[in-house]
Amino acid sequence: MNTLLKSANAYVKIILFSLSIGLLVLPFTGTGNAVRLSAAAFASLFLWRLSKSEAFLSIARSFSRFLTIVRENISSLSRAAQSPFVYAGFIVFLIFLPAFLNDYYQDIMTLTGIYIVLALGLNIVVGQAGLLNLGYVAFYAIGAYTYAILSTTLGLAFWPGLLAGAAVAALFAFIIGLPTLRLRGDYFAIVTLGLGEITRIILNNWDGLTGGPNGISRVGRPVLAGYSLHSTLDFYYVILVIVIITVFAMKRLMTSRIGRAWIAIREDEVAAEAMGIDTFRLKLLAFVVGSALAGLTGVFFAAKMAFVSPESFTFSESVLILCMVVLGGMGSIPGIILGALLLITLPEIFRDFQDYRMLAFGIALVAMMVFRPQGLLGTVKK
Amino acid sequence: MLLLETKNLAKHFGGLKAVDDIDMRVERERIVSIIGPNGAGKTTFFNCITGIYRPTKGTVIFHDRDITAMQPHSITALGIARTFQNIRLFDGMTCLENVMVAAHCRTSAGVFGAIFRPAKVRKEERDMGYRAIDILKFVGLEDKQSAPAANLSYGDQRRLEIARALGTEPHLLLLDEPAAGMNPQETLALMALIRKIRDNGVAILLIEHDMKVVMGISDRVLVLDHGVKIAEGMPRDIQNNQGVIEAYLGKDHIHA
Repeated sequence: MNTLLKSANAYVKIILFSLSIGLLVLPFTGTGNAVRLSAAAFASLFLWRLSKSEAFLSIARSFSRFLTIVRENISSLSRAAQSPFVYAGFIVFLIFLPAFLNDYYQDIMTLTGIYIVLALGLNIVVGQAGLLNLGYVAFYAIGAYTYAILSTTLGLAFWPGLLAGAAVAALFAFIIGLPTLRLRGDYFAIVTLGLGEITRIILNNWDGLTGGPNGISRVGRPVLAGYSLHSTLDFYYVILVIVIITVFAMKRLMTSRIGRAWIAIREDEVAAEAMGIDTFRLKLLAFVVGSALAGLTGVFFAAKMAFVSPESFTFSESVLILCMVVLGGMGSIPGIILGALLLITLPEIFRDFQDYRMLAFGIALVAMMVFRPQGLLGTVKK
Repeated sequence: MLLLETKNLAKHFGGLKAVDDIDMRVERERIVSIIGPNGAGKTTFFNCITGIYRPTKGTVIFHDRDITAMQPHSITALGIARTFQNIRLFDGMTCLENVMVAAHCRTSAGVFGAIFRPAKVRKEERDMGYRAIDILKFVGLEDKQSAPAANLSYGDQRRLEIARALGTEPHLLLLDEPAAGMNPQETLALMALIRKIRDNGVAILLIEHDMKVVMGISDRVLVLDHGVKIAEGMPRDIQNNQGVIEAYLGKDHIHA
């Protein structure tokens, strides 16, 4: 009874506080804004108080337990079913999926595919090697612009363009990584953040090379056996192939000697170094591989849009990709795919609430960190 | 045959002389123990040898090669492995994976090898796996190979640390208080294990507080106090050394 009174007391205080704030600013901001301010204050304080209440906490805990059970069952299922048939079935489903979707949703699926590859690349850097990269979108941009420039000036075809984009992004990552990977985690994060912005600004201002804010248009489309790919469906299948190859390569990488060394570095860097692992070289490798993947995806993006401009490569994109990795669970491939799926499709479903998208992201990220730091399907607690 | 030698090794942290002017030699197939009260600089000494600290003065020579300024992973690749005083296993991995990852510096598969898995890489993985199982059998943990390292009992975790260090195929093994927290049975088993390791051709440098272990298996004992070597010799001589007794028990204690 006492706790009930205490919480009722707290909620009453919250209501009174919000009302007083509104009344205080009323003379200065007018009724409309005062009401909005009161509502905002009430909403945030109410949610905060609610998050501390036992009822809410127990719900959150059971949801977390539920997800852990899902996670464990998925691992045992995938181990038991010995994947090939399940994967084959899933791939067949994906091949026929566009038949049921209109153009718009096909495009969303293609977009999801792009982000899946991006998130998997970032996963190597963040989830495996433990390096917080806040400027990942820079390598996406480098790949896209490399292909755009080479395609419009030298007529480079798409398929070699994929390699070119990946290679140039990898080169930049190598050059950037050499001095910066010696920095401690927080400093490295800030440096990557800065470099992401520097890249965007250079792309925006180097008119001669990059077309500045106008970007580069009429970028070459992929040509397969004489047929120029141009429809949404064409690009859906191209990205599907890229995603399948990437997932396959990721799984192999994560269960290899290199993958084990990355996990060791993430778990305990000093012990890993003592066990003969050249941590610097492996961190650089993770950085380069992750960035190459972003570059490759950038080439696809440029070819699909037939146009690139700095606007597509902002900091919020880096954050979005990072959210997918964190939300889905670092180090977990199905988790990351789920994260990408959710973060692309949910905003589309809730298109009406578009303005609150960033707010929702923020809240979701905080909630995830508090209640489920390992991500929806992850196994790493970080 | 001389394996490891330190000459005038010193590590100063500003004004604090954690380790000062230590000369030490370890020969092949010998067990050398380092003892001393807490804070004597024993682990700091280990860290200087393995490259985690850069010594302020002096040199470390291993297999006639100056390794004083080398990186820890290069020193491990040359053949010195270590365990940690506070267990630092890779909790997220199974026991088998912990030992397999230690073979990193003895194997060479890269990114392309990992993705395309040519026959050479597949064979390397298989051999790494067999070798790791052999090492787990050697320390008595083969039935726990698939268990996550975090789930092991304390005594088993200590044994896994040793197994992992052995995974790097060392010539010299540095053990930092391996018997800490063990009951008498586990301690006896540990002593047998250390002897077995020595008999397999690996020299051992041991930091220990448990005198049963030190006196029971050492070929030679070094005593450190306040960063300085105060005695060195056969276990029996150290036990009766006045300076050593004073260092551990203080000046005014009554002789037994």
